[in-house]
Amino acid sequence: MDADVAVASGATGAGGDSDTKAAAHAASGRAVRRRQQLATLLFIAPAIVFVAIFFAVPVVNNIIMSFQEFTTATFYTGEAPWVGLQNYIDVVLDPLFARLTWNTGIFTFASLTVTFFIGLGLALFFDKTFRLSGLLRSLLLLPWLLPLVISAAVWRRMMDEGSGIINQILRAIGLNGVPWLTSPDVALASVVIVNIWIGIPFVMVILYGGLQEIPREFYEAAALDGATGWRAFWFITWPLLRPVVVVVLTLGFIYTIRALDIVLALTGGGPANATQTYATEAYQLSFIGFDFGHGAALSNILIIVSLVVAGLQLRVGRRPNDLAG
Amino acid sequence: METTARVTPRTVIGIVLAIFLLFPVYWMVNSSLQGNENLLETTWFPFDIDLRGYQLAIESQLPHLVTSLIVSLGAVIVCLAIAAPAAYGLSRVNIPIPGIGLFVIALVITQMIPGIVIANGLFPIYNSVGLVNTYPGLILADASHGIPFCILLIRAFMVNIPSSLVEAARIDGANEFRVFTSIVLPISRNSLATAAVFAFLFAWSDFLFALTLTSTGDVVPITLSMYQFVGAHTQSWAALMATATLASIPAAFLLIVAQKYIASGVTGGAVK
Repeated sequence: MDADVAVASGATGAGGDSDTKAAAHAASGRAVRRRQQLATLLFIAPAIVFVAIFFAVPVVNNIIMSFQEFTTATFYTGEAPWVGLQNYIDVVLDPLFARLTWNTGIFTFASLTVTFFIGLGLALFFDKTFRLSGLLRSLLLLPWLLPLVISAAVWRRMMDEGSGIINQILRAIGLNGVPWLTSPDVALASVVIVNIWIGIPFVMVILYGGLQEIPREFYEAAALDGATGWRAFWFITWPLLRPVVVVVLTLGFIYTIRALDIVLALTGGGPANATQTYATEAYQLSFIGFDFGHGAALSNILIIVSLVVAGLQLRVGRRPNDLAG
Repeated sequence: METTARVTPRTVIGIVLAIFLLFPVYWMVNSSLQGNENLLETTWFPFDIDLRGYQLAIESQLPHLVTSLIVSLGAVIVCLAIAAPAAYGLSRVNIPIPGIGLFVIALVITQMIPGIVIANGLFPIYNSVGLVNTYPGLILADASHGIPFCILLIRAFMVNIPSSLVEAARIDGANEFRVFTSIVLPISRNSLATAAVFAFLFAWSDFLFALTLTSTGDVVPITLSMYQFVGAHTQSWAALMATATLASIPAAFLLIVAQKYIASGVTGGAVK
């Protein structure tokens, strides 16, 4: 700071004006400050440009395309006629839309609920230190770190109707094999099971972090008053963990409703659209059917639904700046 | 908190839980070692180790693993080159720029945008500037996935750097850039390592951008190749599981060598 001030006031002095020393000092202080602000801006500028190109522009582009007839022809002719709300109307009135909404809702709600309770159970389990607890906790992160497509491939192997290990076990105990991924009645549940498996470590780690923040003295004081076990959980753990729970459920919701990798790699949205969601159908419309207008409309519906629900979750729970970590 | 950890029923239950939850990972490795094309069912333990699955996997998938490695390392470099200075700029809270708080909020919001929206909006742009089916195109898209997360993560560390360190360097005549490279970056290496690990895993796991921004087979990372593989030859389970095992190595490796970074990254930034 001092070095900068010296340089800057030297420059002001060279201007040869007759200001008082104090005014010169103030002016040079402002100059230094401006220079530092410029440096700060230069540090951030590449990121601003990058985020603009890779987030703001695609989002805006997606909004524009959703009001256009944007198809394969557009890539050749460059022409994308305006169609107003027609893409949205088409997508919503399509008989498939109800199915997509149901699938997306069930997939997200069932995945998130079950994942949350299992993750909470594991976080509570690991909250007490025991031999190997650290090692086991890290090992359990593995499913979450594997590429989703890899996990999906492994589950495809395990859920194979004829030779998969799950049906092998079911048959060994006298039950019938289940057509996990090939029956329209079961496929959605199967995809949910895999998604739960993938999501457990995330929920566990975040809730575990939240539990570790709760001062142990609270439990000791409560124990003196006779509150242990479930009572301690209800009156100490749960209220203090609540902000973390809100964050986990909000992020979990955002990450689950958009899930695409798992569904595509497990079932491709089938059989008979039984596992098709907003995200997968938006992909199919744009990149299989090359109908970017309709794909954009459906993916915008996805973004609106996820932001509205996430906003409601945070409103009910806590302020949004918790997300910044 | 008790420091003497004893073997208790909890340890036993914990091991049972881990075995149950990690069973699919075991099954992947187990199946990959049973190189049978004829036997329908995989046996519980790979008593007769058969590496034909790996032979097949390496023959057909090695180029895709290399592609993934190139793309992921490229994404890490781009990600850190952009995120580290930005994180430092945003951590200089005593030199505020008007409206910069909005940028931090924007970074948080980017995490909420579904990937398909980005892919959908990006493809026509990529198509018009010729970035479809190119390494730079995929590297930049994959880096974009990690950049907001990495900025928030590194910034959370940098705001705690004592300003006296920075002031001292300035008195010694270092300019802003020197302060950043010779003081701030070395101190922040743990958070940079965490960011690098996550940027790598994001890029390595990426499927959506690979699926949507490539179409010709010029740039096919392992995730996309796995996806095509699953669709095409599901009979060849051993080769498929061998490929899956090979593709899981980076995650498993990083979990072992960078365990503390991963744990701090998950709790620090909350992603995926």
